[in-house]
Amino acid sequence: MLQVSIYRYNPETDSAPYMQEFQVDTQGRDVMVLDVLHMVKEQDNGMAYRRSCREGVCGSDGMNMNGKNGLACITPLSEVVKDGKLTLRPLPGLPVIRDLVVDMGLFYKQYERIQPYLQNDTPAPAIERLQSPEDRDKLDGLYECILCACCSTSCPSFWWNPDKFVGPAGLLQSYRFLADSRDTATRDRLAELEDPFSVFRCRGIMNCVAVCPKGLNPTRAIGKIRDMLLANAT
Amino acid sequence: MSNMRSLSFDAIIIGGGGAGLRAALELAKSGKKTAVLSKVFPTRSHTVSAQGGITCAIASADPNDDWRWHMYDTVKGGDYIADQDAAEYMCSEGPKAVFELEHMGLPFSRFDNGRIYQRPFGGQSKEFGAGGQAARTCAAADRTGHALLHTLYQNNLKNNTTFLNEWYAVDLVKNANDDVVGCIAMDIETGEVVHVKSKATVLATGGAGRIYASTTNALINTGDGIGMALRAGFPMQDMEMWQFHPTGIYGAGTLVTEGCRGEGGYLVNKDGERFMERYAPNAKDLAGRDVVARSMVMEILEGRGCGENGDHVFLKLDHLGEEVLGKRLPGIVELSKTFAHVDPAKEPIPVVPTCHYMMGGVPTNIHGQAIMQDADGNDKIINGLFACGEAACVSVHGANRLGGNSLLDLVVFGRAAGMYIEGALNEGIEYLDASESDIESAMKRMNRWNESTGGETVPELKRELQSIMQNSFGVFREEKNMVEGVKKLAELRERIANAHLPDKSNAFNTARVEALELDNLMEVAEATAISALERKESRGAHSRYDYPDRDDVNWLKHSLYFPADKKLGKRDVNFAPKTVDTFEPKVRTY
Repeated sequence: MLQVSIYRYNPETDSAPYMQEFQVDTQGRDVMVLDVLHMVKEQDNGMAYRRSCREGVCGSDGMNMNGKNGLACITPLSEVVKDGKLTLRPLPGLPVIRDLVVDMGLFYKQYERIQPYLQNDTPAPAIERLQSPEDRDKLDGLYECILCACCSTSCPSFWWNPDKFVGPAGLLQSYRFLADSRDTATRDRLAELEDPFSVFRCRGIMNCVAVCPKGLNPTRAIGKIRDMLLANAT
Repeated sequence: MSNMRSLSFDAIIIGGGGAGLRAALELAKSGKKTAVLSKVFPTRSHTVSAQGGITCAIASADPNDDWRWHMYDTVKGGDYIADQDAAEYMCSEGPKAVFELEHMGLPFSRFDNGRIYQRPFGGQSKEFGAGGQAARTCAAADRTGHALLHTLYQNNLKNNTTFLNEWYAVDLVKNANDDVVGCIAMDIETGEVVHVKSKATVLATGGAGRIYASTTNALINTGDGIGMALRAGFPMQDMEMWQFHPTGIYGAGTLVTEGCRGEGGYLVNKDGERFMERYAPNAKDLAGRDVVARSMVMEILEGRGCGENGDHVFLKLDHLGEEVLGKRLPGIVELSKTFAHVDPAKEPIPVVPTCHYMMGGVPTNIHGQAIMQDADGNDKIINGLFACGEAACVSVHGANRLGGNSLLDLVVFGRAAGMYIEGALNEGIEYLDASESDIESAMKRMNRWNESTGGETVPELKRELQSIMQNSFGVFREEKNMVEGVKKLAELRERIANAHLPDKSNAFNTARVEALELDNLMEVAEATAISALERKESRGAHSRYDYPDRDDVNWLKHSLYFPADKKLGKRDVNFAPKTVDTFEPKVRTY
């Protein structure tokens, strides 16, 4: 029997959040945390969490598992359970809607702020724009982001200034377009980030790197943006 | 219900996957008042899971490539019940749609000359089958769906599309003339139920793989659009045609792309034999998916399966080397380690045919307009209703879809629907408003769940449905088993009609969403079962022990399932492409 402790809050009935204990019989199998949640939901129909692809590519089920952010669907129990116990909480730092479901509004707003789309002011050719494999390689480690918010919600700078600091996820995407040989908006993109908060609130804590379920490195991308901003300023 | 809030749009697009977002983009650019209504944040839609690529004759790998060859492959792959006007449209318009995606920023992999990387996929040929294997699938490593979906979402942001994210469409609203004039939808976060009025309602709700116990599909693939259309009384086409992907990871069901075999991987049985050489001497592991899936099941049934129970086969990739795997198939390496506990650079991946794709769906023309039949059996446009993507059956996939054609289908027909709707709105669309009672009838099943006081629960009924479908309507089918399955489904329908939703709360009530989804799974399952039982032949993915041959005399037809009397009718396949000669049905070999 696995002892699972889960953060519960239903705005209609609870005046404050609380932790609820469940006993789950995994029959000794090393299932994923998401499978455990399905079993809990059969015990308590009202348990709320997001899920979709169940294979780590859609980014729905980011949550805090025994203190560390990650995706429930690709985290096996053997990776997180300590002393037969699993504690599940919503991603930290965002308002809770219900149980493990957080309001991602601020996170998405920061993503939208960096204009996450290719901008190119030259007329499009009749075929594709050419890009060398070397230039394309520069997007590896950037475009794979699944917007799960594990990184930004583990970042103390984002907790403090979620309205002004773009956060690791947004900045990773910002650099994805800065690094794209097909994008011509570099100057405008950098101008948008020049203030003391948007980029420079990053203190290099690197929680984002430690938790990214896709193995991406937002801190490195932020470092590159800093370099570009500094080069621009001189 | 007079106190129900209503929202009004020119067009409402239900579903935020590739097809929905492509249609929305077209309409947002035109300045029409458009909204995408999606039960998940759009980048969580199932398009994100597509791996291997988007098949299209952009003439990059082969400068002489020809969309007509792609069309031939598509028609042959579909075992000749793909509509040839639709396949022609998709394959010829495809390059334009793919180049648009690239211009939007999709990070395609590249060849040394800077053009888009293309890899070989199953069922691809040059020169109408005579020129050997083609390499026609445009790829962004093995994350093409992810790259495509994010690119489309990003461009919708750029064009200020309105999003109703985490809203769930409950049912279509029809007016007194049976025109579709919107839907009833629930804001999942608050539980508020809203009447969404629209001049054009687009079903882009994707597939329904969750009717099977073992599927590559996301948990959200519950056929919501199909369920809504069936409850509204509209027919479904070719619902017996379900693709079982050869390489689902054994046990987990997660997909391993056909691109693995495109890059040189192959299947082996327990003796280490590359058995596809026996079943498809020319194309081998890159034969049509239906052919490969059946061959795998034959190997397993004849005792040559792998593992303790001999119930799967192996996909061998280690000979490709770490560099190719890291460069071309990085996602597969990740998935194999996570779900099969196998490093494909060292060991083979255990795989088994797994439900993957619904070839059937809402019958449409190439503009995405939904179609029904009049009393004389002629096609009749359903006013106000459109469909595109997997939810639609246009039909470009016929009885078996080729790998990489689903992403092309999404963007080409999402775009086509958007363009058509823009034109129609410009000309002016006026339908009668829905009356109170029209809205009431669309609220029926929602009210039923909300008023339920006891009965069986959703998870156990869902499991039962999935097991019936898995056992009676899998890769191989036969009458007796299917009759039994249809009977069990009829009983299950009664039980679902009396099932219980214990949690009646409003805020982010996922239990209510799952209950509403169960109704849709039931509709899709029954349409599938009855269509499969009545199509008395074997064609493409529909394979019967009791009718092992293709029957072109009686069944060179679409099936059309009518929900009112649960009867199966037929509809003519289009054999009249506009710019090329018809591809006449031939015996299909690889």
